[in-house]
Order: sequence, then structure tokens, then C-alpha cells
Amino acid sequence: MLPREYRTVSSISGPLVMVEKTQDVMYDELVEITLADGSKRKGKVLEIETDMALVQVFEGTSGIENEEAKVRFLGKVQTLPVSKDMLGRVFNGRGEPIDGGAPLIAEQNLDINGMPMNPFSRDYPSEFIQTGISTIDGLNPMVRGQKLPIFSASGLPHNRMAAQIARQATVISGHEDFAVVFAAMGITFEEASFFMEDFRKTGALQRTVLYINLADDPAIERISTPRIALTAAEYLAFECNMHVVVILTDLTNYCEALREISAARKEVPGRRGYPGYLYTDLATMYERAGRLKGKSGSITQIPILTMPEDDKTHPIPDLTGYITEGQIILSRSLHRQGIYPPVDVMPSLSRLKDKGIGRDKTREDHADLMNQLFAAYARGKEAKELAVILGEGALSDEDKAFAKFSTVFEDKYVRQGEYENRTIKETLELGWNLLTMIPVKELKRIRDAYIEKYLNPLLKAKAEKGEE
Amino acid sequence: MPDKKEIKGAIERISGSLVVAGGMEGASMQDVVHIGELGLVGEILEVNGDKASIQVYEETSGLKPGEPVVSMGEPLSVELGPGIIEQFYDGIQRPLELIEKAAKSPYISRGISVPALDRQKKWDFTPKVKAGDEVVAGDILGTVQETVVVEHRIMVPNGVKGKVTKIEKGEHTIEDVIAVVEDGDKKYEVKMLQRWPVRKPRPVARRLAPNVPMTTGQRVVDAFFPVALGGTACVPGPFGSGKTVIQHQFAKWAQAQIVVYVGCGERGNEMTDVLLEFPELDDPQTGQPLMKRTTLIANTSNMPVAAREASVYTAITLAEYYRDMGYSVALMADSTSRWAEALREMSGRLEEMPGEESYPAYLGTRLASFYERAGRCIVNGKDQREGSITVIGAVSPPGGDLSEPVTQNTLRVTKVFWGLDANLAYQRHFPAINWLNSYSLYTERLDPYWDEKFDDQWSGLRVEAMGLLEQEAQLNEIVRLVGIDALSRDERMVMETAKSLREDFLHQNAFHEIDTYASMEKQFKMLKTIVAFHHAGLDALHKGAPMNKLFNLPVREQIARMRYLEEKDIAQIDKLDDTIKEQINGIIPVGGENNAA
Ligand SMILES: Nc1ncnc2c1ncn2[C@@H]1O[C@H](COP(=O)(O)OP(=O)(O)OP(=O)(O)O)[C@@H](O)[C@H]1O
Ligand SMILES: [Mg+2]
Repeated sequence: MLPREYRTVSSISGPLVMVEKTQDVMYDELVEITLADGSKRKGKVLEIETDMALVQVFEGTSGIENEEAKVRFLGKVQTLPVSKDMLGRVFNGRGEPIDGGAPLIAEQNLDINGMPMNPFSRDYPSEFIQTGISTIDGLNPMVRGQKLPIFSASGLPHNRMAAQIARQATVISGHEDFAVVFAAMGITFEEASFFMEDFRKTGALQRTVLYINLADDPAIERISTPRIALTAAEYLAFECNMHVVVILTDLTNYCEALREISAARKEVPGRRGYPGYLYTDLATMYERAGRLKGKSGSITQIPILTMPEDDKTHPIPDLTGYITEGQIILSRSLHRQGIYPPVDVMPSLSRLKDKGIGRDKTREDHADLMNQLFAAYARGKEAKELAVILGEGALSDEDKAFAKFSTVFEDKYVRQGEYENRTIKETLELGWNLLTMIPVKELKRIRDAYIEKYLNPLLKAKAEKGEE
Repeated sequence: MPDKKEIKGAIERISGSLVVAGGMEGASMQDVVHIGELGLVGEILEVNGDKASIQVYEETSGLKPGEPVVSMGEPLSVELGPGIIEQFYDGIQRPLELIEKAAKSPYISRGISVPALDRQKKWDFTPKVKAGDEVVAGDILGTVQETVVVEHRIMVPNGVKGKVTKIEKGEHTIEDVIAVVEDGDKKYEVKMLQRWPVRKPRPVARRLAPNVPMTTGQRVVDAFFPVALGGTACVPGPFGSGKTVIQHQFAKWAQAQIVVYVGCGERGNEMTDVLLEFPELDDPQTGQPLMKRTTLIANTSNMPVAAREASVYTAITLAEYYRDMGYSVALMADSTSRWAEALREMSGRLEEMPGEESYPAYLGTRLASFYERAGRCIVNGKDQREGSITVIGAVSPPGGDLSEPVTQNTLRVTKVFWGLDANLAYQRHFPAINWLNSYSLYTERLDPYWDEKFDDQWSGLRVEAMGLLEQEAQLNEIVRLVGIDALSRDERMVMETAKSLREDFLHQNAFHEIDTYASMEKQFKMLKTIVAFHHAGLDALHKGAPMNKLFNLPVREQIARMRYLEEKDIAQIDKLDDTIKEQINGIIPVGGENNAA
């Protein structure tokens, strides 16, 4: 079909242009706009009527003049050329190479919106990923095919932590075919180079595909960036059978771009001005994680978002939490105490843990131990709060033990080095060692058999040491 | 039906899942249409002159103005007949397995048309009436064994009555005529396959009061905030607080004969989980896999948003069909908030006047009329069968704030409120149902049922236990201000028992092979033992027993482990009574008897 060209831009508002007298335009169609100076921009059709089309321009509309702009409808939706040669390459937020290398020779051209996975065709993620970070492996275990975001806030070390996960999670599956797809949306040059540098240092760069939309790149482009990255990931995972970890950062910038478009369309705003369909929009991205029956590859997503004002109930973290399979929340207070990684253990959660741990996966005692550590830490924190008001003396002996436990727990279990890669066994042992601080009768979440097997030897050793 | 007429128009406007078509005079609201060359499925929301506004149940990208829109003049309907149980449908009753086959892909492509029920499969039909019998709508013509546990009852369709002139025993497909009913000069050919429009409630003969419990095996629910057969309940809570897990628990352990589970705008993996787990898990009532009584409907969050709106109606219509057969049906909807959001999105695209938080003004009435389809009743048919639908809806309030419109409108119509609490979830106290603000309006109605079963002790125990928890909350305030030492010995005992109630009774691990389900007998014994220790403990304190010794008696560990006793061993709990007495007597100081106040 011949692309049609129009010079009938009738109005421009924010990132949107209205094109009149259009014919035969498709919903979602890709559009190319040529400006007076010959430069080109891309966009897509957001809404059509019989003879009008509303186009969203990815690079923004500044500089477009009604009479001069030439609008071509390209007869296809936005697609991404994919091939295994993407690995090791750097692209901009629209999927065009920016590393000076040759253009990509496409194996396939894929619709960046993908299609909904049939829930019947899914395979339940149950394969444990060892990240080497105790607060994740021990308490919020991650599995292949999970979507587990990091809820952070400005000034917290989410990038270092994401890089550590990417680095260590890939090391354990070293012999297998893995890849990292990294999408930056509106982050600073400095942050982006941190990741690139880290991937380079660890030699992961050849297995990484980077899509970079920086803070000073057009905001509207960010709407496509994560979809492009996920399209690449789907190709690598389900066509090339690779285990793909997708890091998306920072979703907060993405949502702001979406809000900008919604405002330009004069839609009735939902909470805090974000569009009412933000949940659905985010879900169409997050749900692209997973496993499929009969395919050996997987897509694990680690979206990163910064909570405005550290507020978990802000629509962006809130709606994300409603879609993803848990969340790792970072705590400013732990960060201030100099604890890295500052994982706020209580509200963090991995929902897919239950099928990824246990006998033959990690170890039989994992679930009980995990539940007990949570319960003990919660009680210890409560006791500490009480002690702040009333003084240590007001605590019962048990509460004192719990309070002490929670302090040591933060110091020994939560805290670890940025390059410290703990095995799951080390993490479990650490947990049992900490539980020796608590009276056995309070360990209600653990089966007797495991207490017998894992705790009693430690208690005995401790007693013997004490006697000496 | 001869009066169906085809209306053909053309697309004039496309905006997301909304399409406006012109040239549609004569089309009616709620009619199903096929859109564009691909024949996407949609439903008419609004007719204005010759223009019809249509919500499209599939992704609209690639559609163009001018493409055809065809209405068949029939409202959105489901197919009813054997083969529904064990199925896994999308929001408009397309079997997801067949979609996979047709698409030849793990992704749902568009314009796929697959039948809801298998046309080839033969079912062994056993007549329950004979030629010459007079029948009315709802009468059972015969049965087929749909699964090991479900006998599918083929009923005389609504609006049909007369004399049976023919009835066909034996192997039939759902499209074969299995009976002929004649009424004067009217002649009805009855097939196993019937249809019903999803937005129209199926009629019943008479409604009954909800005074029979539906047990769920979940202690905090059955003992404290029970739901009745035919009742309505809601579970609001912030993300990660346990809505889905508890809905899954109900689907597994609720004492219902049929379970309809609808995943409405939630995660794909959660449905996969059910799909993989239910065929493996046995129903405690029948000993057969849970899947044999379950039907699943999934319109996950990444599937087209308009079909999400339809999915809850599809689900409740299927539920009504089995209720009409005389079954108790439990319907779980996770999450009704996503349904409401779909409603909001369409309303926004229709440019309707927005109400609170831009939900349409009719949100409340829509929610109410959905929950109204629940109930316990005598269904149509001469034999006065009883059937029920119990509806349990999850609500996902933004930021966990219950003042938002979906929660508020839901609370107005549902009778049980299980409020999930983020703080309890953080402490991994599951189910994170807050015992202080949750309620069930069925509690008093159901008390007589359990009191009769449990020697008149049930309601007394519950009231006492709830009272202790309430007292604990108040005492906690004092402790926070002045420390635990300010409490009297009796009050310390209250604190200890309340803690035991929380940790040893209310807390229940859904993923523990035994703890996941507790029969009512077990629940009763557990509660009785905890309260017995309380009474014995108070008495001992009055007689001068030292608090420390009392709280550290070895029997307390046994109390804490009652939950891990298998159902066949629960008689052991009764023995704890003696152990308690014995151990407590052992710490009462000599002469203490005389100190009794
Ligand atoms: N009864 C329970 N026993 C043990 N763990 C539970 C229980 N209920 C909830 N959990 C834990 O809490 C996690 C979150 O629960 P769930 O997925 O049901 O939350 P939700 O309220 O449905 O969240 P969302 O609104 O995001 O869907 C589960 O993955 C599980 O780890
Ligand atoms: Mg849920």
C-alpha cells in the first residue's frame, strides 16, 4: 500500500497533533512527520474519526508548524526489528542504534505492543533464582519468570542493588543462555553510565541489550521504550530460548509521560492527575513477564520506580504493587544507618516464593525459617519501639531477646557487601544462627523436626562454648 | 428465533476499546456486534439515532473507519449445557485452550471464534420424565454425568411448559433434540444446549433467608465472621494483603457443590496456579479433585479491558444455571475493582458525566444489581429444589483507602466485610483479616445452627473470644503509655489469652498442608481449649499461682500446635483439657485454694 501524505495538521496541543481530511487511517498506525527543515519525527494514531486522526508525536511537537508539516501514515503499527545480534548493542528509546554500529538486520519485525499471553499457555514460575542477597533469597525469594519491582525513593541505592542482582543472578546460571535487557526511561546520563560500566566490568555487556531514553530525551518517547525492550525480551526468551532479566528504570518517569498525554487529550484525570487507565496500561507491560509451556526461556522483570515523597500509596507504586508479584521496598531509615542493601523487610514480599523454595529447590526448612524470621523481626521491632517510649526496663525478658534479635538481624542479615554473593545455604545458616537468640518455645512457625535438625545442634554448640 | 435481523453499519470513530459505528438504525443496546474484517466481538453500549457506541472485547489496533460492523440482533449470551465444569474460559466464554489451538500460539490473537461448549462430544442422557408427563419451566428432564461429582441436570427452558411427547435416552451431543414438549399447538424441541443473556438474571421461584452456613475451613472466617449459603461478602485490602490467597482458599475448601472462580483484571500466573493446582488437590467433601466441581473464568489485566467488564456477568450467569439445577454455588470474583475500572474507562470514552473519582454515577446500582444475583432460593420447577449462590468479591482500593467509591458502594450491599490489614500482612499474620473492624451480619443468624451442633457452647465461646481480643486492644493502649507492669494479674492473663487466640487460632497458613483447612469440629475444639486455659489460668492466678510459671506451662506449646493436628487426630485436643487442669494444679501453691477470691 502506498503511504499517504497529508499537509492538513489542524491543531497542535502538547504532544498531540490533529490531522484532517484523512482517509483509510488505521487505529494505532505508525506516522512519520516531516518538518519544514526536513527533519523527521515519528508518532502513532491515538484516535480516529471518519476524516480525522489524532496523532501522538514521540519526540514532542515543538517546531512543528501547521502548514509546513507533512504527515505520512505508514500503513503499519509500530514494530521493532529483532535478531540475536541485538545482544551487546545500545539503542535509543525508540529502538534505533546509537552505538555507532551497523543497523540491525532483522530476523523479524514485531509489534511493540505484543499480544496478551494466554493464561492457559503459561507455565507457573517455580525455578529459584539465587541473587546472593539474603533479604531476597532468604525472605523474598525470586523465581524465573517473576515480575518483582524495587520500590525506591530519590537518593536510595536502587541502581546499585539492581546491578548487583543482575550481576549475581546471572553468575549462578553461568552456563545457561541468559541475557539482560535494560531499558532506561528518563534517568540521568550518570545513572545510565553506571549500569553500562557495571555490565562492561563483569563482561555481561555482550549479553545485554540496552535501550536508553535519558532525562533530556523526549518524554513521549518513553511511552514506547519499555514496550520495545519487552518485545526484544520476548524474542530472546521465547524464540531464542534464553533466560532474560529485564530491568526497567525508572517507571515513575514513564508514568509522568503518560500523564502528559492524558492531560493533552483532556481526559478526565484519575488520582493525582494520572489517567484512569494507568493500571491497565502498566499491566500490559508487567504481564509480559513469565514462562510459557513448552518453551525453555523466561522473562524475569525487575522494574524500578521511585516513590514520590517516599509514599507507597502514591498511584505509581500502588498500582504497580497491585500488578506485580511482590515488591522489594527500600527504607530510608536503614540507608541512613548505613545499611546496604537497605531492604525494608516487613513490607517487602515475593508472592511466587512458595513454589520456588523447599525440598529439592532450596531446602526443606526454608519456608518455616522464613516465616519465623519475619515474625521474630516484627516482634523485635515492636519491642524496640516500646523501649523507646518506656525504656528498656519496661520490656519483658522475652521482648528484650526479640529486640536484641532485630538489631543483630539488621546488622548481620540485612547488611551485606555490594560484591558479597551469599549462597542460599549461607543465608539459611545465618538465619538459624540468629534464631538461637530467641527462646525455643517462641518459635511457633517452625516444625519440631526442623528445630531438632537445624536449631538444636547450634544451641548445643553455643551451650558448650558458653561452658568453656 | 425468527425475529433476529442482521444490521450492517460502518466504523466512524475509534478510541481505544470504544468504536462508534454509523448506519446502525434498529440496533439495540446490549446487542453483540462483529467489527471489522477480523470480526472482533463487541457489545452495543449506547444507541443514538443511527450511531451505536460499542465496547470492543478485543484489541482495536489496525481497525479503520469504514470497516463493517454487523449486529446479529442478539444480546451478549452464554452457552449453557454439560461441559462447563472443568473449563477455563475468557471473559466472554471462549475456552482458552481452544483459543490456544486456534491461534497456534501462546498469545491470544484477535478475531478468534471458538465454541464455548463442545459440539461433538456425546453425553449419556438419562431421562427423569417420560412421554406424557406434564412439565413446567425448571423441571428436570433428565441428567448427564458431567464430571465424577457433578450430575448435570437438563431443565425445561424458561418460558416452556406442556406435555412431554418425546424423550431420548442415550448418547447425545448438546445439539441433539433430547425432548419435545408440546403445549396446545406449540411445540418445543429441547436440546441440552441452551443460551441465556448474561445481563439478565435468571428467574427463581422464591427467595429464602440465608440461615445455613457455608463453611470455608478458614478459622477466622467460620468462627468469627461467617458467611451464609446465598450470602454476599467482600474482602477489601491493599495490594499484597491476601485477597487472592483467601479467595483461592475459599475456592478450595468452601462447602459448596460448584465453584465459579473469575479472575477479573488480575494476574495471569494466579489463574495458571489454580489451573495447575486444582486438578491435583482433593476436595475434603468428595475426595475427588477440586477441578471436578470448578469452572474458571479469566480476563487477566493484560487482556482487553472491555471483556473484563463482561467477565463477571458471564460468571454469575453460569453460577445461576447451576443454582437452578439445585446446587449450592460459590462465586469468587477477584477483583471487582478492576471490573469497576473497566466500567469507568468505557464511561470516560463515552464522555458521560463523571461521578466520584470519575466513576460513572451508576456504579452503585451496577454493583448492587450484581450482588443481588446472589441468594438462597427455591428454584423454578415443580420439585421445589433449593439452590444458592454465595458471592465473594475482592476489592482493591487505591492506596488501601476504604473511603473510595468501589469499596463504599460494595459495603452498602454486601453482608460480610473481611477487612484486610496491611500491618497484619507485614507481620505475616495471615489471613490478615482485622478482627477489630471486620463484621458479618450473618453471625447471629448462624449461631443457632452451630449451637445445636456443639452442645450450646458455640456462640458463647465466640463472644468470649471476641471480647478478649477487644480487651487486648484497649489494654495495649495502656501498655504503650505506661508499660506492661501497670496491668493487673487478671489483665495479664487476658493479654496472654488474646495472644494465644491470635497466634494459635486466627493465624492460619494457607501453604501448610494441614493448617490450610480446619473442619468446624477442629475449630470448635481449638477455641474451647484456648478459652478453657484462660478460665483455669484466671482461677490459678486468684489462688496465688505465679504468673511466670503459668504462662510457661508446657501445655501451652501443645495448644500452639493444635492447628497442626490432622483431622483424624483431633480427638487428641479433648485430652488437653485434663492436661491443662493437671499442670495448672501443679503450680497452685499449697493453701492457695483458700485464697480464692
Ligand atoms: N493465608 C495465608 N497464608 C500464608 N500466606 C499468605 C496467606 N494469605 C496471604 N499470604 C501471603 O501474602 C501474599 C500476598 O497475598 P495475595 O496475593 O492474596 O494478595 P492480594 O491482596 O491478592 O494482592 P493484590 O491486590 O496485589 O492481588 C501471598 O503471596 C502469600 O505469600
Ligand atoms: Mg490478588
